[in-house]
Amino acid sequence: MNITEDMVKEIILEVLQQMQGEGRSKSGQGVNVPPLQFREVGVAKPGTDRNEVVGVPPAFGTAMTKTIIDIPHHDVLKEVLAGIEEEGLKARLVRVNKTADVGFIAHEAAKLSGSGIGIGIISRGTSVIHQRDLPPLQNLELFSQSPLVELDTFRAMGRNAAKYAKGEQPSPVPVRNDPMARPRYQGLAALLHNKEVQYVKPDMPSTELTVVL
Amino acid sequence: MAKRQKRFEVLEQRPIHKDGFIKEWVEVGLVAMDSPNDPVPGIKIQGGKVEELDGKRREDFDMIDFWIADHYIDTSVAEEAMALDSLKFARMLVDISVPRSVIVRLSVGMTPAKILDVLKKLNVVELMMAMQKLRPRRTPSNQAHVTNLKDTPCLLAADGAEAAYRGFSEVETTVGIGRYAPMNALSLTLGSQVGRPGVLAQCAVEEALELTMGMRGLTHYAETVSVYGTEQVFIDGDDTPWSKAFLASAYASRGLKMRYTSGTGSEVQMGYSEGKSMLYLEIRCIMITKAAGVQGLQNGSISCIGVPGAVPGGIRAVLAENVATVLTDMEVASGNDQTFTHACIRNTARMLMQFLPGTDLIFSGYSAVPNYDNMFAGSTHDCDDYDDYLVLQRDLQVDGGLQPVTEEKVIEVRNRAARALQAVFEELLLPTITDEEVEAATYAHGSKDMPDRNVPEDLRAIDEMMKRGTTGLDIVRALAKHGFRQEAENMLAMLKQKVSGDYLHTSAIFDENIHVVSAVNDANDYQGPGTGYRLEGKRWDILKDIPMAIDPEDI
Repeated sequence: MNITEDMVKEIILEVLQQMQGEGRSKSGQGVNVPPLQFREVGVAKPGTDRNEVVGVPPAFGTAMTKTIIDIPHHDVLKEVLAGIEEEGLKARLVRVNKTADVGFIAHEAAKLSGSGIGIGIISRGTSVIHQRDLPPLQNLELFSQSPLVELDTFRAMGRNAAKYAKGEQPSPVPVRNDPMARPRYQGLAALLHNKEVQYVKPDMPSTELTVVL
Repeated sequence: MAKRQKRFEVLEQRPIHKDGFIKEWVEVGLVAMDSPNDPVPGIKIQGGKVEELDGKRREDFDMIDFWIADHYIDTSVAEEAMALDSLKFARMLVDISVPRSVIVRLSVGMTPAKILDVLKKLNVVELMMAMQKLRPRRTPSNQAHVTNLKDTPCLLAADGAEAAYRGFSEVETTVGIGRYAPMNALSLTLGSQVGRPGVLAQCAVEEALELTMGMRGLTHYAETVSVYGTEQVFIDGDDTPWSKAFLASAYASRGLKMRYTSGTGSEVQMGYSEGKSMLYLEIRCIMITKAAGVQGLQNGSISCIGVPGAVPGGIRAVLAENVATVLTDMEVASGNDQTFTHACIRNTARMLMQFLPGTDLIFSGYSAVPNYDNMFAGSTHDCDDYDDYLVLQRDLQVDGGLQPVTEEKVIEVRNRAARALQAVFEELLLPTITDEEVEAATYAHGSKDMPDRNVPEDLRAIDEMMKRGTTGLDIVRALAKHGFRQEAENMLAMLKQKVSGDYLHTSAIFDENIHVVSAVNDANDYQGPGTGYRLEGKRWDILKDIPMAIDPEDI
């Protein structure tokens, strides 16, 4: 398979144009969002203090810079980390290189987390709060419909993950559902995911990151 | 354009313009049923072993090729079947003088590319003809989704009861919050038995939990055991055909019905299609299922319908995958279960492909709740479409599995299910269902009409219930103790079915007397006019009698 990045961009643009007038107005819409400035610290190791780990795939904040509803990845991380800090915990950030599957990214984050709780967020916004000793495809909370994951959802996600890490039983972030999200967004989600997986490195361990927000 | 043509301005306001359409992109497999990367049909057999499959030599096989070559292909018919001209076989599919048994015998000798080659020769009307003849069970049926946004148990029970009463033979729930699963399962299983004895209930969640709930008698069957057409997508799900087959045998060993799930578009959605067409990959899924000895499959794109739905010929491919399933002698639960369009016309047209010929389960499922409550992210049709659906059955004299009902009776079964669940909750030490909840659930349109529950308290109680080892028998006991004698007996009779195992047969459902109706005792014998399932007699009298119709006697 030989797909150039330009081809992907061209098709995504085409679909986005078709959808114009439909998208919600968001700060990143139609604007080129610059990539995040990540610093790679080294291979991610399991933590010991009761902190929180946020896992993202390789394209997050780099090749792709905003969610399916145009929330810049900068703002995504800012909100999630703020939510965690609100609960008095600190967060680590890791790049899960081996997969673009949100469940497995979240599970990997949970395994690296001293508290055993992790969050996985893929580029289009689909997210999971996970716990180390659950089966990979189980979860504590799942945010499955990426077009419905908004800024305040990311904050609430961070807050709840931190509460689980502290051993509390928070009320899950209220579930949202839009039956018309699929007809509008699924084709686009497929395009975005095909782009996401092109950056996956199956044999590479996860990377510890820092980022300036 | 400086000046807009007014008709175009109107057209742009139509709902169809909100749908996402994509031009074919062959390199990543965004193509329905005809990719230049699809292999050419072919097989080489030596010493009873498949040495070459669709142009790929054994040493180059991936794990799916191995699985199909060694467990799907019947080498005793393969050479005969592969030598058959694809066009000739395609004509046999629609030829009323060729019985189903002839087709089915040859199908297990065919490779994925061969079946693709055959199906490409049929238009949608011919595909419907093939479905009418090839579905395993003579009597078509239907499945419902029963879920809600709040995971509120009393409403699940009431909605389960109404769905069962309206005629669905299977009901499926899932969760908003994962840890609610056992409570949702219990509520639906109980509620549906109140509505009509013999309805099968399932709860689609993570596989280990789903199996546990089945073994405990909190559900009757399972459906969401997913398989995929490329090796990488399997690996991403931490699975292999072998692990899936192991899971299937776990269900069979406990006497629980199960089917797999797959569908066009999943591989491209997950980013690993190898540039093959969606239908080619789906035929591989169908063969994986058959090779695992599983009796049936839910397909018709399912949760990825937005992907084939976005490309040319995609909805034809979706019907073709349903046909490929019954062609290989398996039960088909044929999709129609996920929103894929904003446009009513498009929505109905897509559904008619399965509704008109009839399938084992036309929907998998039809939303028995308002779509805002549908936690499978919405179905093509929901509870607000019931009367439209009943009229379609009556207009076309087609049995879509639902029957007209009266408001009084629906209120009665909803209320009884809600009260039965209230009693069971008390006995199983689950957080109280209030009288206010029972009343609200009886008359509700959806979860917006329900009071909120204390979610952390429910989740804690569910964990404790699972730790205590609560089973279906505890529900039976609780019902009996609180005077729900008939419901207790229905629940117990369903548990007993797991011991006899008759509903492991292909396409098995139960009638209202809890007798199995399957491809064994109700085999599809369609061979043209005057044969097969006909909507007539008593059943037609029931379906045509919609309350909306004016009775000449009354005027």
